[in-house]
Amino acid sequence: MAILIDETTRIIVQGFTGKIGTFHAQDMINYGSNVVGGITPGKGGQKHLGLPVFNTVKEAVQQAGAEASIIFVPPAFAADSIMEAAEAGIKYCVAITDGIPTQDMMTVKSFLRRFPEDKRMILTGPNCAGTISPGRSMLGIMPGHIYMQGNVGIVGRSGTLGYEAAAQMKALGIGVSTSVGIGGDPINGSAHWVILEKFERDPETKVVVMIGEIGGPQEVDAGVFAKENMTKPVIAYIAGLTAPEGRRMGHAGAIISSASEGAAEKVAMLRDLGVTICPTPAAMGATVAEVLAKL
Amino acid sequence: MDIHEYQAKEILSGYGVKIAEGGLAYSPEDAVQRARDIGGHIWAVKAQIHSGARGKAGGIKICKTHDEVADAAEYLLGRRLVTHQTGPAGKVCGRLYIEAGTDIAKEMYFCLLVDRSSERIVMVGSAQGGMEIEELAVNNPEAITKIYIEPAVGLLDFQAREMAFALGIDSEAMSHAVKLIRGCYRALRELDCSMLEINPLVMTGSGELLALDAKMGFDDNALFRQTKISELRDKTQEDPREMAAADRGLSYVGLDGDIGCMINGAGLAMATMDMIKLAGGEPANFLDVGGGASAERTEKAFRLVLADKNVKAMLVNIFAGINRCDWIAEGVVHAVKKIDMQIPLIVRLSGTNVEEGRKIIAESGLPIITADTLAEAAEKAVQARNEQVAKEAAAQEN
Repeated sequence: MAILIDETTRIIVQGFTGKIGTFHAQDMINYGSNVVGGITPGKGGQKHLGLPVFNTVKEAVQQAGAEASIIFVPPAFAADSIMEAAEAGIKYCVAITDGIPTQDMMTVKSFLRRFPEDKRMILTGPNCAGTISPGRSMLGIMPGHIYMQGNVGIVGRSGTLGYEAAAQMKALGIGVSTSVGIGGDPINGSAHWVILEKFERDPETKVVVMIGEIGGPQEVDAGVFAKENMTKPVIAYIAGLTAPEGRRMGHAGAIISSASEGAAEKVAMLRDLGVTICPTPAAMGATVAEVLAKL
Repeated sequence: MDIHEYQAKEILSGYGVKIAEGGLAYSPEDAVQRARDIGGHIWAVKAQIHSGARGKAGGIKICKTHDEVADAAEYLLGRRLVTHQTGPAGKVCGRLYIEAGTDIAKEMYFCLLVDRSSERIVMVGSAQGGMEIEELAVNNPEAITKIYIEPAVGLLDFQAREMAFALGIDSEAMSHAVKLIRGCYRALRELDCSMLEINPLVMTGSGELLALDAKMGFDDNALFRQTKISELRDKTQEDPREMAAADRGLSYVGLDGDIGCMINGAGLAMATMDMIKLAGGEPANFLDVGGGASAERTEKAFRLVLADKNVKAMLVNIFAGINRCDWIAEGVVHAVKKIDMQIPLIVRLSGTNVEEGRKIIAESGLPIITADTLAEAAEKAVQARNEQVAKEAAAQEN
């Protein structure tokens, strides 16, 4: 099963013919993802990487049956591309782009809320590494080889820290059902809890690892969601123990703007909510192994 | 990005917000001249630094004569002011804003900001102004009114009225208050402002609404389309190392510890710093070198980390995804040779082409300490730091 994507998911790339889009589209194809084409306005009708290029997402949905899209469009135009995908009937969209203005994301979220829930596109990112269902499909920019297929779901804000978790797990022979990057921006497509809900419903996922960081309410919201709605164990690591208040730590959203947004505070609240805390970032694999052993 | 009070006031007055008469001064002579231009018998001499709570830090002086204005200016210019928002290092005051004294009948709090939880703009107000909103939120949360604005619809008149009533504004001043609130909302939206705070918003003795202080912060991601705002940047108010890093496309935050860090990815960087702390050390900085770390970029990152003279050991932790470990390794070897490093270097590589990368480090002949895991990297970094400190202490004794 896995969540969000599998080997059948028909993928298009928005920002297909650009340098970054080309590189990662090829990488996804090499991994075995079912890429069916891409969008570059004005280049419709051409072929790129042996696949059709469309002018609009609507054409890609109609002519290639596109279901999922990945966005490599520059920040100034990325919000528009996300909304184009939503309007065209794309079901799942990953926005890789880093640097989208916050108010643009506010508009995107408001646009998405207009759709009834069953017709609303799921968005993850922006400013993320994407989503991978190991052995099936990769809709992202991660090194696919570090992920082993298995029963642990991963949801996290950071790209490389997510790789670290997957690699630690692989070293212990533990695989991943799906790994989802929700991105480091203050306003993002899907909060942690949205992904937790999907893992809860996925029969293949046995345990979920949530990798969070300082700033914003989303990790604690996810803890509340898990306590009220989940039967599966949730393990969390929160990065940023040493981060000072009021300073932005790389990610646009990684900033402690009130006392409850620090790492230690989030950890305390998550522990109270029954989430298993991973004590150090070096113990992510070992903590998952312990929890799995108790199932 | 933050701007000064006088800049925020200038912007807001263009959006229909009334401000007291004032002028900018760079010297005591300037300050007296501004006071003369303004006229009257009472002036506020206000230090322009990027921080709130300036009053408590002694950054605002009320003066009754031109001599007092000159003295206040003399005292404040060049002074380092420390508030709870600036951190212990404080911020140096290089500009003053001289403002006409205001006859205050009532102080209020008003603010607009992008709210992460609701993913909307929230308008926050209180009839009890003057003190900090954080304090009020703890001591008297009922005194705070919050109104959420749907971005697709925008601020509605009834919402502006609701806020004005919550601020305790009487019916005579109502239309003026609604105009002020709408103007602030328009400024926030048009200028990609992430936070706009007027504290205090005051009602004068003659029934006029004035923004006595104003603070605006802007979304860095949107500066590409806000060139006029970008021009307001005052580099003297920002950490010079962070500015230098930003100019090189690197993300850097200076901290108080002594183990320098160069890591790819913000999350992994924070996690590595956490590991250093758990191993008994203190990180000197946050530094994300990003995805495509070329040799040139790596060298720049090294120079940036080592420019901090407190650094006693440096840890490089790279998990290569788009990157390749062999490229990183080449960059590190190149940087170490070029810079002539005097402190221990610990390198941990993982991910794409890790074997090739490790080989390049091993064969470089450089005294680089290597580690395979995150835990090992942090432990070795702390150990190397301790040895370096002991070595330097011994050298000093001799």
